[in-house]
Amino acid sequence: MSDNKNSTDAPDTGHVWDDNLRELTNQPPRWWIITFYLGAVFIIGYLVLYPSIPLVNGSTKGVLGWTQMKRLQASVEELDAIRKPFEDKLKGMSAQAVLDDRELSNYVVRSAKVLFGDRCAACHGTGGAGNPGYPILADDDWLYGGNIDTIQQTITNGRTGLMPAFKDNVSEQELDDLAKHILALSQGSEHAAGKELYNSKGCFGCHGMEAKGVEMMGGANFTDTIWRFAPGTEESIKYTITNGVNAPGNDATRIAIMPVFKEQLTETEIKKLAVYVHKLGGGQ
Amino acid sequence: MSDQTEQDNQDLEALYREAEYWHVNLGDKTIHAKRMPGFFRSLKWVSMLVWLPFFLGPYLRWGDRQAILWDIPNRQFHIFGITILPQDIWMLALVLLFFALLLAAVTSVAGRVYCGYFCFQTVWTDIFTWIEEKLEGHPGKRKKMDEAPWTFSKIRTKFLKHFFWILIGILTGISFTAWFTDAYQLWIDYFTLQATLAEWAPVGVFAFFTHLFAGHMREQVCFWLCPYARIQGVMVDSETVLPTYDFRRGEPRGKLKKTSQSDVTDKGDCIDCKQCVAVCPTGIDIRNGQQEGCITCALCLDACDAVMDKIKRPHGLIKYTSLDEMQGKPEVTLYKRPRVIVYSSIMILAVAGIIYGLSTLATLELKVLHERQPLFVMRSDGSVQNKYVLKILNKTKNDIMVKLTVAGHNDIQMIGAEKPLEAPEKRVTAYTIFLRIPGDKLLQETLPVTLRIEYTLNPEFYSEYKSIFFGPKK
Repeated sequence: MSDNKNSTDAPDTGHVWDDNLRELTNQPPRWWIITFYLGAVFIIGYLVLYPSIPLVNGSTKGVLGWTQMKRLQASVEELDAIRKPFEDKLKGMSAQAVLDDRELSNYVVRSAKVLFGDRCAACHGTGGAGNPGYPILADDDWLYGGNIDTIQQTITNGRTGLMPAFKDNVSEQELDDLAKHILALSQGSEHAAGKELYNSKGCFGCHGMEAKGVEMMGGANFTDTIWRFAPGTEESIKYTITNGVNAPGNDATRIAIMPVFKEQLTETEIKKLAVYVHKLGGGQ
Repeated sequence: MSDQTEQDNQDLEALYREAEYWHVNLGDKTIHAKRMPGFFRSLKWVSMLVWLPFFLGPYLRWGDRQAILWDIPNRQFHIFGITILPQDIWMLALVLLFFALLLAAVTSVAGRVYCGYFCFQTVWTDIFTWIEEKLEGHPGKRKKMDEAPWTFSKIRTKFLKHFFWILIGILTGISFTAWFTDAYQLWIDYFTLQATLAEWAPVGVFAFFTHLFAGHMREQVCFWLCPYARIQGVMVDSETVLPTYDFRRGEPRGKLKKTSQSDVTDKGDCIDCKQCVAVCPTGIDIRNGQQEGCITCALCLDACDAVMDKIKRPHGLIKYTSLDEMQGKPEVTLYKRPRVIVYSSIMILAVAGIIYGLSTLATLELKVLHERQPLFVMRSDGSVQNKYVLKILNKTKNDIMVKLTVAGHNDIQMIGAEKPLEAPEKRVTAYTIFLRIPGDKLLQETLPVTLRIEYTLNPEFYSEYKSIFFGPKK
């Protein structure tokens, strides 16, 4: 070190530790003073260049025009630039073609996760796990069909199923028999009286002659163990038959409305969501 | 008086004239330590050689690449035939643990051996002062030159000195950088000015800090920057051998009168010639006992022994010895000291871990993440479906195909990896698969399953991962 600093006769406070650690009261070193004044210069420069001094109506703007929003936009642009080659490819492709392309569908699964979280997960649950009253998307039971085009259709135009309320058309006994039959169907058996009613009351129109559902109508399949309105109990089935689904003029009716997304999302976004949903585990 | 005695007396006088000049370091003056030949001085030159591999290592080749390469951009570490990927980096923790413990163990046995013989601060400072001495002369001359006005010859000498110092700094920086990229290409890049900022920056940083630390701050780094100097107090104990002044033999110290050279009864062996202070690179007086400034380089042992030779007294007034030995306590055998036992046990464990790690470096590695939302899905046919993300790491140099098999249930069905999967070289590839078990065959809520990948052409390369299959509550 140079010879002129911390000289032995520099004044001190009289505090000494470990024999030679003295607390001096002399001037701080020059480099420190220089750094200190440079700090002041930096602060002035900063105040001039960047938004800094808070005033009543917001803060000073700074001559660089820097804002947090611009910074964010720059970051978003950076991200978009990385995504652009994929997004450009997606635009010209059908959803089916995206699904068949391993690299692109992997990209979609990653990039559509946020979109799904924002737009779908509120009802259908994270990962398509479903929620009470809302269908599970990760299983292979589809009301309107589980192929990629149909899923895309569903997201684009939404779905509003309709099942009339049968409360004025069935007696207490009939309701009981019907519910027993439908429950039996899911266990692989039948209920004779209920089966007769199933046909005479016109249930087959939407749910099919074999009760496996009709995708055109969005009629549920009764022969599997997956229930559109869980739990699959006699009581719950009776409620659905009595009050219907989206039945007009009935306040107690079950609600099943998938909103229309074509005005809220771009075509590519819908395409990506369709691929994402298809790959959740139940796509056909 | 014989000629011999006359000569001795002149030596002694010269010694004391010199002694006026040597003072204990108070941090206010540049230390120009005297260089004296001796056993420990020679040892220092030899121990310094551990830094030679630092400079030469990057130029070794192994096949078509650098033998030791810390390839940060590609996240691969090559050490001769071994390639270590980030997944194996836990071994680095063991390496660090080993060296940390080695430091502790060596310090507990023989003090700051690292500081005195191996530390880059010591070694670089030593080289720097060696250059200084070659150019500017012995310490007295250097001090005079520092005080002298600026003349052409002073400017030339100082310029040359700083030129060599900076050259060493630059070489240090380049050597450091060469561990992280192809060394030969690096030199070409430097000379053609094609090097990237990441290649230039370390050169600048090293040149600057080498110059600052080894050229200007020197012992101040040991005193005020290095934490090791401060914690050494708890790392040495009374059994640790350290360069120690034998006060029983030396005191009362006093100037040797030339007339009373034969009369040694009233004075100790220390003739207060301050040669031990003169050679000390940190400028302490070892006769005050062990202290924070002592880096245990043992150069004072050389100096004192040389003086003892001159005054015809036995060596070892300053010697490597422990506090216990100084107080006449029996020495505890090395392997019976608890600290030695504990430190070396941990070191052995660390080495064993590293050897285990290196010998079981897998070429394929499978990691399986079970989907958590939903944990499982009931399918319309009554089967239970679970979703998994496979992460396949292929550490080989080839793109290979791997076959996935699942064990854990007789009726388990795997969807998504019916055909062999591609595993491109040296990276992780992710796949999503589904496992299905018929609902009536699944008897537990959770079922352990084992997924296994196998190289299609050689089943000896495989990796297994234990995961869980979830089903509805039973």
